[in-house]
Amino acid sequence: MAERSFRKEVEQLRLGAGQEFRGEGILAVTKALLQSGVSYVAGYQGAPISHLMDVLADAEDILDELGVHFEASASEAAAAATLAASVNYPLRGAATWKSTAGTNVASDALSNLASGGVTGGALIVIGEDYGEGSSIMQERTHAFAMKSQIWLLDPRPNLPSIVNMVEKGFELSEASNTPVMLEVRIRACHVHGRFIAKDNVRPAFGLKDAMENPRRDVSRIVLPPASYVQEQEKIRDRLPAARKFIVDNKLNEVFADGAQDVGIILQGGMYNGLIRGLQLMGLADAFGNSRIPLYVLNVTYPLIDDEVTRFCAGKRAVLMVEESQPEFLEQAINVILRKADLQTRVHGKDMLPMAGEYTASVVRAGLEAFVGRYLPGLRPNTAQPPAPVQPPDLAKHVHPRPPSFCTGCPERPIFTAMKLVERELGPHHVSCDIGCHLFSILPPFNIGATTMGYGLGWAGSAALNAKDTDRRTISIMGDGGFWHNGLASSVGNAVFNNTDNVLVVVDNYDSAATGGQDILSSRASSRRNTGNPIARAVRGVGVKWVREITRTYDLTRMRDTLKEALTTKEKGPKVIVASSECMLNRQRRERPQMAKAAREGRRVVRERFGVDSDTCTGDHSCIRLSGCPSLTVKPNPDPLRQDPVATVQETCVGCGLCGEVSDAAVLCPSFYRAQIVTNPTRWERWRARMAARVIGWLAPPVHA
Amino acid sequence: MPEAPLPQETSLGARAITIAILAMGGEGGGVLADWLLEAAEASGFVGQSTSVPGVAQRTGATIYYLEFFLQAESGGQQPVLALMPAPGDVDLVVASELMEAGRAIQRGLVTPERSTFIFSTHRVFAMTEKIAMGDGRVDADALLATCRVAARRVVAADMQALAEAHGAHLSAVLLGAVAGSGALPLPRSAFENAIRHAGVGVDASLAAFAGGFSAATAPVTEPAAAPLSGDVARSRKRQPADDAIIEEGVRRLTDYQDAGYARLYRERLDRLHVNGELLEETARHLALWMSYEDTIRVADLKTRASRFERVRAEVRVKPDQVLRITEFMHPRVQEVADTLPAPIGRWLLRSGAPRRMVERLTARGRHVETTSIGGFLLLRAIARLRRFRRRTLRYVEEQQRIEAWLQRIGALAVRDQALALAVARCQRLVKGYGDTHARGWGNFQRLMLEVDRWGNELGAAARLGALTEAALADETGQALEKALVEV
Repeated sequence: MAERSFRKEVEQLRLGAGQEFRGEGILAVTKALLQSGVSYVAGYQGAPISHLMDVLADAEDILDELGVHFEASASEAAAAATLAASVNYPLRGAATWKSTAGTNVASDALSNLASGGVTGGALIVIGEDYGEGSSIMQERTHAFAMKSQIWLLDPRPNLPSIVNMVEKGFELSEASNTPVMLEVRIRACHVHGRFIAKDNVRPAFGLKDAMENPRRDVSRIVLPPASYVQEQEKIRDRLPAARKFIVDNKLNEVFADGAQDVGIILQGGMYNGLIRGLQLMGLADAFGNSRIPLYVLNVTYPLIDDEVTRFCAGKRAVLMVEESQPEFLEQAINVILRKADLQTRVHGKDMLPMAGEYTASVVRAGLEAFVGRYLPGLRPNTAQPPAPVQPPDLAKHVHPRPPSFCTGCPERPIFTAMKLVERELGPHHVSCDIGCHLFSILPPFNIGATTMGYGLGWAGSAALNAKDTDRRTISIMGDGGFWHNGLASSVGNAVFNNTDNVLVVVDNYDSAATGGQDILSSRASSRRNTGNPIARAVRGVGVKWVREITRTYDLTRMRDTLKEALTTKEKGPKVIVASSECMLNRQRRERPQMAKAAREGRRVVRERFGVDSDTCTGDHSCIRLSGCPSLTVKPNPDPLRQDPVATVQETCVGCGLCGEVSDAAVLCPSFYRAQIVTNPTRWERWRARMAARVIGWLAPPVHA
Repeated sequence: MPEAPLPQETSLGARAITIAILAMGGEGGGVLADWLLEAAEASGFVGQSTSVPGVAQRTGATIYYLEFFLQAESGGQQPVLALMPAPGDVDLVVASELMEAGRAIQRGLVTPERSTFIFSTHRVFAMTEKIAMGDGRVDADALLATCRVAARRVVAADMQALAEAHGAHLSAVLLGAVAGSGALPLPRSAFENAIRHAGVGVDASLAAFAGGFSAATAPVTEPAAAPLSGDVARSRKRQPADDAIIEEGVRRLTDYQDAGYARLYRERLDRLHVNGELLEETARHLALWMSYEDTIRVADLKTRASRFERVRAEVRVKPDQVLRITEFMHPRVQEVADTLPAPIGRWLLRSGAPRRMVERLTARGRHVETTSIGGFLLLRAIARLRRFRRRTLRYVEEQQRIEAWLQRIGALAVRDQALALAVARCQRLVKGYGDTHARGWGNFQRLMLEVDRWGNELGAAARLGALTEAALADETGQALEKALVEV
């Protein structure tokens, strides 16, 4: 089950016309889908669009009432392929994922979809994971839109605009027989705002109607000669239709036109940040009333040549505010102006950086350069000074704090075991995957050489399979990656090509990094089909050497199994499936249960670990082998010693790794396990009393 | 082209109140943002909050950003609220911890002209600080000093301690401090109602809120005189004078062995004929070396009444709960031999079958429950071996090592005090148990060999200091190898 329940958010999906929706941007999109009369929604979870998936997964009742099918897809490719339902039928459908990672995966289906075109509206909600907080490569979805001719919406980041664009997006898709992408950036997905809702719409033509009246149209299938015709259609019919719709519905916006003989063209998503930059310079007010003309591209692909030339005509220069690279829009605007023989100077990446997020200070600096050059007299005294100066030496005191494994994470002991094996057998090449386990590349573990994509961990070491060495490689893959792509592209690939290397599948019962969504091998019973063991799938594709570890905290076993896999004489692919439930999910489930049991007078045991300061010598080996957030340091209480001692904080969940590390790594005897028994049995009480009596007699009173 | 009439410069006045919250994943920054938004919206503001949580539920640094706009000032227009803070344009900056407060300054969010800066002075150490083999912590005093002068108004207190005192989360204390600081034009009741509205742990949160409120409204103290948080104060290095250290050493060694052993400590120091810092540091490190952690010592420390009390307090056992404490011991053949009389210990280590037998018996770690009668008596019995300690293999070996070290210090003290001091401090390398101890002892020997090779060269002390730091830089010894080549 997902990290938390979304029942409260689900209620928001029921709001009717005139009622106010208050919540996150991505939930507003979810509500807008229902208002647009979608028949189906498919997607693959991942920040920043996970909540769209999570909320719909909890919204069974509403979806049933509206006749909407919700599909938690196996991958983005599956989600994109789901949109095929809109090719032949007047069905509105939506797909969603994190981009560009997900768009990469979905590309095959997207190209086919875009080539054949659609009848019903097809909307792809893109969580543009770019800039601060992003966990993926920094690229633009824009390129995908252009190469497949999928229209790209980039609305101003406020809830009414985003919601409006969802609704218009479906209409645009239908008007131009083309799938449409709605790009929402990280902060916009998470922005908490409000809009006035409309009633949800139950589609007139349902999935049932389609299944009972199947249709086909060979001209929609990508196969010659239809595929050649489809490309012509894109240019001849669909593009003009789209441009007409965009112009007729005024999807792009112009503000303060005529205010100056220069202007700014911007992606809709940049609007709020740009306005704030202008406001700080005294060139706009808090309501977006600008003293410089603005042309806001809520549709960034395709561009409308007439709108561009109309905006630029009579202006000395325009500044194109376009985040990331390549500078597709700036290039396109230059071409449009050249063809129209307009001499308006186009600035963009010369005044703003080519690469990187357009933060407030970056945008401000670009605006200063533009205004300084073209409107030097326009410097109101209300302008605020730019960024403050940083005190020197601060960098020395402020260390980076990247995300890391949670307290009690079951993945940590796997990497501890790898460290121990490394001490014995020397270093091995380690190929990583996508998921929480990728935190292994950071201190304290520093394990892993490459990561090539979701489910591609083992494929990433495919070449390193030489016959003239005994040294094997280790690959890592999570259960999420395994079911996403790993079974075929990594495991099947390794079997087929006779690899002699080792794969460790980190099975934490769900897709933990994206919010704990269920997957095929999840243990929890849900509406979906779960409980399909990874080991069985691995054997099914032909792996003979399979070891299952059902408690990753068993460090000795983990270490010995790894050692066996790396040293066994047996040739062929070796897979270790290491399973323990994600601690975050487990705590969310068990903590309330334990509290309830304790309140009801039942016996409850809480475990946690501790460190004796007087035997800890302050070497911190234990931390270097664990990295648990609850295992930290504190000032040494010993007046003679100066290095800080290790300490376990109250947040410890008693996973047991500290004890296992002490054992397996022969570290130090400072760790102890405390079992705190609430509502102990009479026998336990008596036993404790007796022991206390003996200890009272024999224990020296104090530590000198 | 004529300038458009709108907007007039005079109408540019109304603007949003801007708030940035810097926290680590799982610290409740999101809860704090939700409370603030609720309080503002209930008080006639248009509010917006956003965040970049990414994967930050997993302990990473994260930032929440809010803007409030007074509806009455909007004249029916919708304000355009930004999704990220602009450096120099933040009215209120809240940081959940001292290093995150530093990060807020680093990001340019805190300005002396504009910002109210509210932060907790406690430390949550970063991974880089924790994994150091010695002391990797940043200078909290310097960081605190920088933070104290960064803003127009500063509210700084150990809010984590306040939260723990009230059994609530840090976010509730921070909310109280925000309310108390007066940085937002909202009444106290608006904040409290937001806590009630959320409906989780209301009573504890309200109490913690009140604690934070008082911390912010307490009379302003001069930054220099302001009390440091507990951790910060403790982290200041103690530098007791030499006699205090010797006194502590005597106490330690009497406790470790007996009065005779403490006398040996004093005699050794007297024999050296050094004074000042060299005496102080030698006394410190000699006491630590002489109280090396053998099995007897560990068993002794684990079975003291004071230790049971300490653990009870640390894990917060209530009177009606039962506590069981399990120790994780892993004596290997080396530790067994160490505890035997020296000749027998040496024989065991050199032997064939007997050694293998002991190795088999000690292949796995032993879990001993010291709160059970059996486990307690077992460790107590080992602790009682103290009376035979002087005959053990480990004792004999350690005393030889100590004598050699002292001799080297004594010899060097005559010609190069600084180098002698650096040698005295090298004891710091030899710590831990098992492999860790062996590695440290190996490094120590390497460095002593180096020292012996050096003549009366200038800068030898600095060089040894650098090598010591290199030995503590990583576990694999790469930094030390590199440093040795450079030397």
